Amino acid sequence: MAVREAEPLSSLREVREAGLDREDLLDVYRNLLITRGIEERGHILYKQGKIPGSFYTGRGNEAAAVGIATAMGPDDVGTPLHRDMGVHVTRGVEPWRIFAQYMGRSDGPSKGKDGNVHMADLKLGLLAMVSHLPAMLPVAVGCALAFRIRNERRVAVAWFGEGAAARGDTHEGMNFAGVRRLPVVFVCDNNQWAYSTPTHLGYSVEHLADRAAAYGFEGVVVDGTDVLAVYREAKRAIEKAREGGGPTLIESQTLRMEGHAVHDDAFYVPKELFEEWARRDPIERFRSWLRENAEMGDEEEDEISGSVKRLLGESIRRAEESPLPDPSELTEGVYATPEDLDTPHHK
Amino acid sequence: MSEKTYLQAISDGLRQEMRRDERVFVIGEDVGVYGGAFKVTLGFQEEFGPWRVIDSPLSETAIVAGCTGAAIMGMRPVAEMQFADFVSCAWDHLVTVAAKQRYRAGTPVPIVVRLPSGGGFSGGPFHSQNPESSFAHIPGLKCVCPATPADAKGLIISAIEDPNPVLFFEHKHLYRRLKADVPDERYTVPIGKARTHLEGDDISVITWGAMVHTAAEAAKELEDEVSVEIIDLRSVMPWDKAAVLESARKTSKVLVLHEDNRTGGFGAEIAATIAEDAFEDLDAPIRRIAAPDTPVPFSPPLEKAFIPQVSDVVAGLKELAEY
Repeated sequence: MAVREAEPLSSLREVREAGLDREDLLDVYRNLLITRGIEERGHILYKQGKIPGSFYTGRGNEAAAVGIATAMGPDDVGTPLHRDMGVHVTRGVEPWRIFAQYMGRSDGPSKGKDGNVHMADLKLGLLAMVSHLPAMLPVAVGCALAFRIRNERRVAVAWFGEGAAARGDTHEGMNFAGVRRLPVVFVCDNNQWAYSTPTHLGYSVEHLADRAAAYGFEGVVVDGTDVLAVYREAKRAIEKAREGGGPTLIESQTLRMEGHAVHDDAFYVPKELFEEWARRDPIERFRSWLRENAEMGDEEEDEISGSVKRLLGESIRRAEESPLPDPSELTEGVYATPEDLDTPHHK
Repeated sequence: MSEKTYLQAISDGLRQEMRRDERVFVIGEDVGVYGGAFKVTLGFQEEFGPWRVIDSPLSETAIVAGCTGAAIMGMRPVAEMQFADFVSCAWDHLVTVAAKQRYRAGTPVPIVVRLPSGGGFSGGPFHSQNPESSFAHIPGLKCVCPATPADAKGLIISAIEDPNPVLFFEHKHLYRRLKADVPDERYTVPIGKARTHLEGDDISVITWGAMVHTAAEAAKELEDEVSVEIIDLRSVMPWDKAAVLESARKTSKVLVLHEDNRTGGFGAEIAATIAEDAFEDLDAPIRRIAAPDTPVPFSPPLEKAFIPQVSDVVAGLKELAEY
C-alpha cells in the first residue's frame, strides 16, 4: 500500500526550512523534559498516595506529542489524549495546574470534577478528552467543520491510538472529514499495545495510515521518536489543511514504554522490544541531535535541565497548596448558563 | 398570527433563528436537497446554502460529535436524527461527551438534536420510539417534548438559545394532524415550565407530547361526569415539579400518562415525587397509564394495543373518580 514514509532531518538548515530556528529547538527540548518530568514526578506522587484513582503516562511518546503541538498555529485546536502530555505542555498549560489536576485539587483545569489527563484549557485551543476512545476524534472534525463554515484559516488536530482505530467513531469521523475536505489532521499514536492487545489483533493492514486512501486523503508514517520528523510532517499536514487541501492521517510509530497505567507491569510486552525501543529514547535522541547539529554544549544543557527541575519542584509545591474541592461544589456546573458561553471560541 | 401545523411551526422557528443568527446551522441525513425525511427543512438549502444546511453521510456519530465540536468552536448546531430511534447510534456523543463536558471541563455544548419520535402509523420497532426517559436520566442533557404548534415554535427557539445540549422530541403523529394559530414574530417558551392544557378540579392528568391530546379527548368524553385538569409538562428535563405538585394538591387524584414504556418511564419519577412530596394531599393511589414493556409492534391491532388510547385513559379516569 502506498503510504509515504517520513524522512529524518539531518541538519540545522533543513530544520530552518521546516520553520524552526535554534531558539525554537531549545524550546522543544525544554518541553520534552517538562513533559517527561511531569509524568515521572506524577508517578512518585502517585506512589506516595497523593494522587487518587489511577495514573497514566506517555513515556516514549513525548516527541510525538511535542512535535505535533509545535507545528500547530496559535488559533488551531486539538483533542490530545492520555499519552499526549507534551501537547498540553507545548500549548502552555502551567505544570502546577497539571499536578493540581492529578491530585484532584481546586486549581486543576477540571476543578476536581475529573481526573488524570482528562483536562484541557480551551483558551489554549485544547478540548478535554473522555475515556471512550476515540470519541474526541469526530468532535475535532466538528471543530474543523465550524472553521470551514466560517471560512477561517484554522485547523483541528485529532489524536487517536491504534487500539481506538478499531472503533466506528474513527471511521465516521474520517469519512465525513474526507467527504467535506475539512481542515483536520488525524494523528495516530501507534504505540503497538492497546492495553495488552498487540497490533496484529487490532488491525490487519500493514500500516494504519494505509486506511487514509479509503477516505480519499494522504497517509504518512513517521518515526514517533524523532521529534523533528514528526514536526515536519505535522507542519506539512497542518498547512495543507489550512490551505484547503483537506485532511491527512499521520501514523506516529512508538512503543508504549510502560504499562497501560501504573497498576500494569506490561509483562506481556517482550523484554527485547523494550530494550530495542529504549535505545531509541526520543529525548536522548534529540539531546544527541542538538549536541551534534546545533552546538548545544554542557553549560546550555545544564541550564535547561536545571530550570526544568526548579519549575517542576515549584509546581508541585504550588499544587499541594491548592485546596481540595468542597463537597458543597458537588452539584455545581451540571448545566451551563448563558454567561458560560463567553469563551474565546464563542464569538 | 397565522395558522400552522406542528411541523410548519418547527420549520418557522428554525428558519427565523437561522435568519437572525448566522451561527445556527442544520446538519443531518437528507436535510438539504430533500428537505428532511419529514420536510421540516424544505427549502432551507436554497435560502441558506450547502454549508448551513449540511447533508451528512449516514453517520449519527459524526453528526452529533460534529455538532459538539462546532458548538465548542462557537456555532449553534441543530442536528436532525431522521427518526428519534436512530439516536442510539449517537448515544456516546450525547451521554459521554456533550452531557458531561460542562461539569467536568467547564465547556458548554450548545447543541440541539431534533428527534422525530412516537408511533401511531405502523412504523414498527425502529421508527416509533419515545426514548426521552433514557436521556432525562443523564445529568447535563435537557429533554423537550412540545405538544402544540405554538409551543413547538417557541421551544425550538429556546432550545437553540440554550447553552446546553437539548434533545427536542417532536412527535411525528402531530406533524400534520395538528393545526393552530402560531405567532409570526420570534418568541420563546421557557424550558422547564409546564402549561395547563385544561383546567379542572377532580383529577390531574400529568402528561406531555401527543398524549396531551389523548388526555384531552378522554376528558371531553367525561366532561359531564368528571372535571379533569391536564398538565402538559412540555419538557421532562428539567420538569416543572412545582406545577405538578400544585395540581396534585388541588385535585388530590393523579393520573400520569405517557407513550413510552411503563417501567422506568419518566412517569415513574413523577409518581415517586408526588408520593414523596404530596402524599398527604392525595385521596387515591397515583395511577400510571403507559405503553407495556415491549418493543413497539408493527401490525395495526398490536400497535393500537401498545399505545395508550382514549378509551384506556377514560377507564383510568373513571376508576380514579370512583375511588
